[in-house]
Amino acid sequence: MSKHHVSAVINGEPTEFLCETQQTLLDVLRDEIGLTGSKEGCASGDCGACSVIVDGRLICSCLMLGCEADGTAITTIEGIAQGDHLHPVQQKFLEHAALQCGFCTPGLIVASKALLDENPNPTEEEARYWLAGNLCRCTGYDKVIRAVMDAAEVMRGEKAA
Amino acid sequence: MELEVAATNFRRLVLELEERFPGLGKQVEEGMAVAIDGEIFQDAYSARFGPDSEVVLIPKIAGG
Amino acid sequence: MNYIPSDLKVVGTRPVRPDGVEKVTGRAQFGADMRMSGMLWGKVLRSPHAHARIISIDASKAEKLPGVRAVVTSKDFPHIASEEAFVGEGPMNFRDLSRNCLAWDKALYEGHAVAAVAASTQAIADAALALIDVKYEVLPHVIDVEDAMKDDAPILHEDLFTAGVTPTPSRPSNIAKVVTFKKGDAEAAFKSADVIVEGRYTTKPVHQAYIEPHACLCSYNADGQVTIYSSSQGHFMVRAYCAKLLGIEIANIRAVAMEIGGGFGGKTLVYLEPVAIALSKKSGRPVKMQMTREDVFRASGPTSGATIEVKLGAKMDGSIVAAREILKYQAGGFPGSPIGPGCMCGFAMYDLPNVDVVGYDVVSNRPKVAAYRAPGAPISSFAVESAMDDLARKLNMDPIALREKNGARNGTKTHYGPTHQNIGFLATLEAAKNHPHWKAPLKPGQGRGIACGFWFNIGGESTAGCHIAEDGSVVATSGSPDIGGSRASIGMMAAEVLGVPAEHVRTVIPDTSSIGFTHVTGGSRVTFATGMAVTQAAERTVEDLKRRAAQIWEIPVEAVEWKDGKAFPAGSNAGAFEPLDLAALAMKAGRTGGPIGFEVSLNAQGAGPGFGVHIADVEVDKETGAVKVLRYTAVQDVGKAIHPSYVEGQIQGGAAQGIGWALNEEYIYDKNGKMDNAGFLDYRVPVASDVPMIEAVMVEVPNPRHPFGARGVGEVPIVPPMAAIANAIRSATGLRMPDLPMSPPKLRAALDAAARTSSA
Repeated sequence: MSKHHVSAVINGEPTEFLCETQQTLLDVLRDEIGLTGSKEGCASGDCGACSVIVDGRLICSCLMLGCEADGTAITTIEGIAQGDHLHPVQQKFLEHAALQCGFCTPGLIVASKALLDENPNPTEEEARYWLAGNLCRCTGYDKVIRAVMDAAEVMRGEKAA
Repeated sequence: MELEVAATNFRRLVLELEERFPGLGKQVEEGMAVAIDGEIFQDAYSARFGPDSEVVLIPKIAGG
Repeated sequence: MNYIPSDLKVVGTRPVRPDGVEKVTGRAQFGADMRMSGMLWGKVLRSPHAHARIISIDASKAEKLPGVRAVVTSKDFPHIASEEAFVGEGPMNFRDLSRNCLAWDKALYEGHAVAAVAASTQAIADAALALIDVKYEVLPHVIDVEDAMKDDAPILHEDLFTAGVTPTPSRPSNIAKVVTFKKGDAEAAFKSADVIVEGRYTTKPVHQAYIEPHACLCSYNADGQVTIYSSSQGHFMVRAYCAKLLGIEIANIRAVAMEIGGGFGGKTLVYLEPVAIALSKKSGRPVKMQMTREDVFRASGPTSGATIEVKLGAKMDGSIVAAREILKYQAGGFPGSPIGPGCMCGFAMYDLPNVDVVGYDVVSNRPKVAAYRAPGAPISSFAVESAMDDLARKLNMDPIALREKNGARNGTKTHYGPTHQNIGFLATLEAAKNHPHWKAPLKPGQGRGIACGFWFNIGGESTAGCHIAEDGSVVATSGSPDIGGSRASIGMMAAEVLGVPAEHVRTVIPDTSSIGFTHVTGGSRVTFATGMAVTQAAERTVEDLKRRAAQIWEIPVEAVEWKDGKAFPAGSNAGAFEPLDLAALAMKAGRTGGPIGFEVSLNAQGAGPGFGVHIADVEVDKETGAVKVLRYTAVQDVGKAIHPSYVEGQIQGGAAQGIGWALNEEYIYDKNGKMDNAGFLDYRVPVASDVPMIEAVMVEVPNPRHPFGARGVGEVPIVPPMAAIANAIRSATGLRMPDLPMSPPKLRAALDAAARTSSA
């Protein structure tokens, strides 16, 4: 059974890889390309730990096949910061202590960035419902939501970073 | 069960219990913690107590 | 030294944690993120039956599949004849642990590991599993705890005889042991009570549900040395358990603590590592294994499901004269439910003259219980705190006033023996009473409940180090894997003692060959015990730095002071010397005795217990039965919050887990004993839209046995929520819900039944 040859742009870099038909995008990112920032929590699209952005859309990479990525532009957690310049969401997660074990954090950060890209001024309720697809077992979500709302303020230019 | 013992530290307590009730000393040493006048000691042989001390054996506590 | 009364510059502040940037950029390496060249993928074959004899295992077809390099069963593990052994971590029944990793003659639960393969790809490993032919003789199974206790229940272990009863029974039983705690004479005292309240409560098994499934990469070299990369709550535990299960000398194993994605008690033991090592030994290659989410649910220990009966007797003035509790806890396939703590914690926050508690540890055909945050206590407190609420109503007494009337204070003798010292229960009740939440108005249809909780917290063996690098920067080492941000607190305590800013200290967790023995990260012990060790290591470092300054200045060491990270001559008589900071002293390290640093190993005693009081407001949707948590306040005595954000985090996280346990989480079994909801879709943990902001109120009653006054905080917060929510539902609807979870179908049924009764 021969593998598929796939070309995609990952975190701004043109990337080529080979994958088997049944390998998910998550499998490919982690095991073929070596981008282990996206995590497997359930492999069934229920926990969001594998969240990535594909062609501008937030998805669970465990629910997409690697070969479906052909010709797409993908952003993973590794592409959120610009060099050593953290994204406001990342910075606020640190300041608010919005992570404990850190396992769900990549998925939450990608999902939060996707939220603020689409809705720069969410209410607390909108943020909670958008992030309902990212399970966190450590924080109870309190500091996560505070970090996201704070990052939103910074990104709207309403306060200094 | 209440007992009076001659021992003055945990190590001697274990030895004394083992002598009086064979098997009990080993069980206490491996599975139990001792509370001396209220403070819980999980492991120390040297944990001391005096003639009027209250010494209570409770199951060792782990945690999650 | 005791820093409690001092002016602290670092401890109590909120610096960014040292491992934070790694975690928010995806660079932190968790158990499944490791690779080694030549590695194979390991997968586990699990029993599809809840209870079965294993007649034969034929792996010959699997072994022949191209790409398969090894297949193992329990025959590849040494047979452990003795039952209990002491391996540094405390008593553990290694025969049971071995049988749990790979079944011997019986599969004791659906998901029980039976065999494992290592192959060059995951797909080949999966295909190989399908080729292993296991012949089972399916046996009748039993899961519910009371069913398992019946005389005619299917017996799991023919060699299990109930301990704790005299005479020792001659017939095997599923009741592994009975424990009792008695104070005074409850039976007699009930007769003198003015008011009696009784209740029967049930809970279902719930899983710790850490988002990271178990994962490891193990490499067995031809000379018998082993390297383990795994995420666990204790890499020394991983090393010790693997050594014991496989008959390897401990020093031959180096266990590396990968970052861990949640544990909550569920990763204080091993499942995959011994199997991966056995596969690595047989195949001659490193082997990587990870559990699927389904495996995690089916085969790693949730906590007990239970039945609890509570009876309380009180005088009209609210003083409780007698209390009784009967607890029956599921242990899963092997004995070892947290029945002891369950018996001890339910009444631990009260000063009661007559108490009678009996607990049963019962095996049944579901996965072996693993610890879950304050193991045993949440179940017991759900029952006791629900009964206390009913008692308050019957007495027409404010529920906080009832707790205050009977509250434990310094000098109270508990029903399980020890006397409370330096505790903060009354302070937490006071803080809850005075909190604006308690008096905030409720709209019609909304209800408010309160409940209390207790956990012992432990100390134990820990090692930590403090090392000054050649340029004066500081590395702190901790033997405790970090599951919640503790490495920040460890570094902060070292920084405080050294007198430098928090950012000046980097904290790392070395592998088992590079730092002294440390007990697991659990029992709310790390900030207390490992914190104590790092404080002492930093103190010795400071003493040594003063000695070096004295040598450089040629003055007696008593004439040197250490302040704000510098050595000063103490007073003008000592000499007019410029202060020497860490960089200056580090530059002269070689000339003043050699490298600067100390490692301290200790067995920390004096861990202080913790108490929590939670207030919950809820609203019940009468149509769907869904319960919405409107407002939640968690008050806790934390001793001293070293890093307040992470203490708040523990309180909020524990409360959220309790809310899930209260409202939705449960193991649902079909009639064949298979789990119906082994995934996050149907095993419903709280999501962001399920909970409000959780206000964590930290009361600080310092623990004088810790240099900074710290108490453990991680476990207490999961103890009160279920009863707080149940009591809030009672307040909102008039309905007492005694069975967990209080999920929509149950609320609906209760609402319907109430409607029928009222219209009858």
